Amino acid sequence: MASKLTTSNRAGWGFALPGFGLITLFIVVPFFFAFFLSLTNQRLISPNPTEFVGLDNYSNLLSIRVLSIEPVVNDAGDIVRDADGNPEYPRVRDFTRNNPDYPQYDGMREWFRWHSGETAKVVVATDVVFWKSLRNTLMFVLVVAPVQGTLALGLALLINQRLRGINIYRAIYFMPVVVSIVVVSLLWRFLYAEEGLLNNILGALSFGMFEGRDWLGDPDTALGAIEAMSIWQAVGFHMVIWLSGLQTISPTLYEASSIEGASKWQTFRYVTWPGLRNTAILVLIVITMQAFALFAQVDIMTSGGPLDSTTTVVHQTVVRGYGKQDISGASTISVILFLLVLSISLIQRYLTREK
Amino acid sequence: MTNTKTLAGALLLTTSFGSMAMAQTELTMWYHGGGNEVESAIITQIVDDFNAGQADWMVTVESFPQGSYNDSVVAGALAGNLPCILDVDGPVMPNWAWAGYMQPLPISDAAIEGHLESTIGRWGGEVYSVGLWEAAVALYARQSTLDELGLRTPTLDSPWTLEEFMGALEAAKASGKYEYAFDPGMAWTGEWYPYAFSPFLQSFGGDIVDRSTYQTADGVLNGDAGLAFGAWWQSLFTEGYAPGTSQDPADRDTGFIDGKYAFSWNGNWAGVATLDGGVEDVVFLPAPDFGNGSVIGAGSWQFGASGTCAHPEGVAAFVEHALQDKYLAAFSDGIGLIPSTTEGAALTANYNAGGALEPFFGLSEAQALVRPVSPGYVVAAKVFEKALADIANGADVADTLDAAVDEIDADIERNGGYGH
Repeated sequence: MASKLTTSNRAGWGFALPGFGLITLFIVVPFFFAFFLSLTNQRLISPNPTEFVGLDNYSNLLSIRVLSIEPVVNDAGDIVRDADGNPEYPRVRDFTRNNPDYPQYDGMREWFRWHSGETAKVVVATDVVFWKSLRNTLMFVLVVAPVQGTLALGLALLINQRLRGINIYRAIYFMPVVVSIVVVSLLWRFLYAEEGLLNNILGALSFGMFEGRDWLGDPDTALGAIEAMSIWQAVGFHMVIWLSGLQTISPTLYEASSIEGASKWQTFRYVTWPGLRNTAILVLIVITMQAFALFAQVDIMTSGGPLDSTTTVVHQTVVRGYGKQDISGASTISVILFLLVLSISLIQRYLTREK
Repeated sequence: MTNTKTLAGALLLTTSFGSMAMAQTELTMWYHGGGNEVESAIITQIVDDFNAGQADWMVTVESFPQGSYNDSVVAGALAGNLPCILDVDGPVMPNWAWAGYMQPLPISDAAIEGHLESTIGRWGGEVYSVGLWEAAVALYARQSTLDELGLRTPTLDSPWTLEEFMGALEAAKASGKYEYAFDPGMAWTGEWYPYAFSPFLQSFGGDIVDRSTYQTADGVLNGDAGLAFGAWWQSLFTEGYAPGTSQDPADRDTGFIDGKYAFSWNGNWAGVATLDGGVEDVVFLPAPDFGNGSVIGAGSWQFGASGTCAHPEGVAAFVEHALQDKYLAAFSDGIGLIPSTTEGAALTANYNAGGALEPFFGLSEAQALVRPVSPGYVVAAKVFEKALADIANGADVADTLDAAVDEIDADIERNGGYGH
């Protein structure tokens, strides 16, 4: 293998050079640069010299602990309860701010809590916003990858027919992909507005039963709204990839299966799906990577709010690197994101390998 | 006869201009008003007059859209590619001066005498930037609303107290005529939050950072005054007085004019549009006094010399030229800004004695407080913006302000105290 690459292959290397050169210059070098910066205190603009700080950035970002809080007890030794009978707890800030008894929790904030008996287990982290952005990104990937992939396959099957005017439908489904994501995001912001189209349609369909809600202004629905819009926007792109896969399957296989008397489902299950194997791997990996890079929609539609319910890992790198001039912090997030995407891609490759 | 004279004058001017251009040193200038035709026309006029009026300097303008202006300057500075004359937003100036993107402006004291103090950018005891105008914020209301609700008209000497202000909001809400009683302008994300809302915090007695040292926000942002401010701020939204962070930007622009909101917290730049929109009985009320005096923000766009500029004296010459009252008045008439001198104000259509927007000049003189003069302000402003948005969306006040303090303090520490 090695000899094949090195011997009498000048033309091959010559052709590869522009691509390799650009990838090295704009992807490989910046990655190592980011890794180096994540070990320093580099600022976007500062007259101070850059200092090496070791793994401080990583520990600031990733420190997370569980704090057990016992309910408040009155003088008689009984648990103080509120009107609903729930025990009352001391505030988390009593433990995490200037409390010499709990130095390990200093400067941390509550992310979420659960109760085990009467004890409250509070998850506290130094950088709660980062953990929320990580959670949001993973939620986005988990919803978008399967739904978008399946929908795109369904559309591809629908338009892979010899019908008059089918190209018009192909064009319609593909159209959102061609429109700039910025324009699409702005338009959907209007659709999702409190007096927007979506609420009006739902109100009309339910004969006024449905009361308009502020889709992007409510922490419970904001991420879902962005997911739905993102799926709609990019589904056409993956439809085209599925379509190209479908068209590589030989028509003779379909003819043979119909002669054998296969049902539609059997044809799909035993002819179409096996023929789409490599396409499926490609679509899955591409969707996953694109989903991890979620930024433009969030930046335009919600700026990460409300209450950090839509902030994502990439959004945080931009907010910190440019907005807060913290290049080292943003680089640290980039490195973590890279490792995350790399490991997930490797797992996907392993799970979908040829057995 | 006159025609011949004009022709001769023009000939003389063009020929001399042609020969002068050879000797003139070129100075590039970046301006934030790209896309605004009126603004571009005025700045071009000033530059043309300057180039034609002296033999040493030749200024050329490049305009950028305001939204990406600061990013362009930072990118330009990182690439070592800044123009000579920089246009800079007042509160950002210390950050650029500290970072070395700007150098002191060798302008004569006489040129800036009598200017509103907040239009002169100082850092480390030196003048770095000078502005042609100021901006001010007021509580927009209709006189008819005040009369109907039976409210006292607040004045500069005796502004509304917290109780009176909340009473006014409650009365407006109870009247049922308005979608919301008060429009603080949550749709305007970015610098509007610290510019417009930090004065409320200061009126409560808190601040974004401790201005005695500029080394910490602890105790001022999350102290008792800060917590009181936060609780009040949250109540505006939980009690339904004000539209939240998902306010439609179009409502922000026209909601008060359309009668959706009884009171609107807005800048002088919206004054002309409000009058033109048919709100003839609009009154510009001073900020309420929440216990520590009425405060509004100050500091607008200013001109200065970039750090790499070899001819700061040329920049100073241009700025002195631009500071003429007629140009201050031109900007004011064109885009509604407050001229930085009383003489300039006298020449304007709106800010002269008895002019429609005259109250803003008084507000600016009496209540204006510049945002913290520190290189760290740029980051603190972003932290403050997020904290206010989170509190408006229902986050716990104390926890949110604590987190904001931690973030501001950590940033100051990482920057070695920002040179204070």
